[in-house]
Amino acid sequence: MYVAVKGGERAIENAHRLLAHERRGDRDVPELSLAQIAEQLSLGVDRVMTEGSLYDRELAALAIKQARGDLIEAIFLVRAFRATLPRFGATEPVNTGEMQVRRRISSTFKDIPGGQILGPTFDYTHRLLDPQLADGFVPEQPATSEAAQAATPRVTDILGRDGLIESSPAADADTPVGDLTREPLSFPADRDLRLQNLARADEGFLLALGYSSQRGYGRNHPFAGEIRFGEVEVEFFAEDVSFAVPLGSIALTECQMVNQFKGSATEAPCFTRGYGLAFGQSERKTMSMALVDRSLRARELGEEVIAPAQDEEFVMSHSDNVQATGFVEHLKLPHYVDFQSELGLLRKLRKEFAEANEAPDMQEAAE
Amino acid sequence: MGLTGRNSREAQRKAAMAVLAHSEAGDIAGHLAAIAVPAHENLREPENGLVMVRGRVGGDGAPFNLGEATVSRAAVRLATGEIGFGYVLGRDRQKAQMIALCDAMVQSTELSGEVETKVIGPLRAAMIADRNRKAAETAATRVDFYTMVRGEG
Repeated sequence: MYVAVKGGERAIENAHRLLAHERRGDRDVPELSLAQIAEQLSLGVDRVMTEGSLYDRELAALAIKQARGDLIEAIFLVRAFRATLPRFGATEPVNTGEMQVRRRISSTFKDIPGGQILGPTFDYTHRLLDPQLADGFVPEQPATSEAAQAATPRVTDILGRDGLIESSPAADADTPVGDLTREPLSFPADRDLRLQNLARADEGFLLALGYSSQRGYGRNHPFAGEIRFGEVEVEFFAEDVSFAVPLGSIALTECQMVNQFKGSATEAPCFTRGYGLAFGQSERKTMSMALVDRSLRARELGEEVIAPAQDEEFVMSHSDNVQATGFVEHLKLPHYVDFQSELGLLRKLRKEFAEANEAPDMQEAAE
Repeated sequence: MGLTGRNSREAQRKAAMAVLAHSEAGDIAGHLAAIAVPAHENLREPENGLVMVRGRVGGDGAPFNLGEATVSRAAVRLATGEIGFGYVLGRDRQKAQMIALCDAMVQSTELSGEVETKVIGPLRAAMIADRNRKAAETAATRVDFYTMVRGEG
């Protein structure tokens, strides 16, 4: 247990001053601007927005700068900031089917309406360090070609037309949308709360769990039905305006995993699904999220829960890196009082042990 | 105003708001400078807040809370009575204020033509040009994969 301590104000103040100095680094090197971080470290910004659960590129860039590039510390800063603003309400659910697609691939169908679009991707790069980037490299302007006017429907919607894949759970107007920032978690948790939890979850944690499910810890044999990244419009029904007001657009990544069949005596077998959605270009995150979302549906689909990725209480209680950091890192705060009592107890036990071991010798000597 | 009239006015306001929300604050201010802005007062002082962004399970199913986004909002009233609202992603209160002002002008019979020609129209053209540029860049990365036939034996 942590017991409050007093004192050390001067040292703490000086430590923060030293931190500010170290954050700045060599003062002969130009200072980073928020625009540089937002533009050139954009995937780090996307991760901070996703796990910080706040879409605001400039704030995420500031958090990364303040945290010296420690993304979990930056996520913590963003979470703390969101508590300072009032919430006006919830947006209309975004329509990812009408995304202005920047990237869109399917590993299940070669020829999909709207086409396979690679977009800006690390895929098919050779992962060799590029010495050109070290200094003053000016990239070519992107190639262009005539854009097709064809719509890009979700691949799962195409499969759904033939009944080959389960349909998404329909909205129930009588059930309010669960919000774990307002009510504490309780189990079992419904899919809306699970997806909210996974959307905020640590990417590394979800990656490891998703990977474990692929390696056999829980049944999961997925195909990446579709991954898409691009801009979607956001609308908010404002009471005072009395219609859904367009707020602008946000960048999102969506992943639809298509998993093994499920059927019963009354229903024909069909593919099942796992879903991932995140702010920005967050492909590894949404793929991992979709794997874990599907694993966590074990109870609903009548599968045996045998692996960590299928255990919603285990997953949801440990997925948040701000909570995890808080509990792990609190161990470095002064625990002097607690430790003194443990020390006192240990000394007593050792004394009793020593006495018990000395006693027989004394007896033997006496005999 | 009949239901059809209200719907078309609403659609016009919404379309203008969409263009303004997508535009840079500096560009809106630049175009607003070209018109004589009518007398107005703040009905709601510009303020920052959050909205919870919702997605749908599977993209088309029941809604869930994805995460929040920063927003700004403002409301103005023209001296002639029209009330305009500005809601926009981000923390730029000035931008929300300008959107509210434009929304009020869109509703004014005398001003709607001018605000469309001098503000919304040029901003819409710039927005569409930007979208088309991105779409052309994206289209150049469209790929055709060939499936290789597996060899027998």
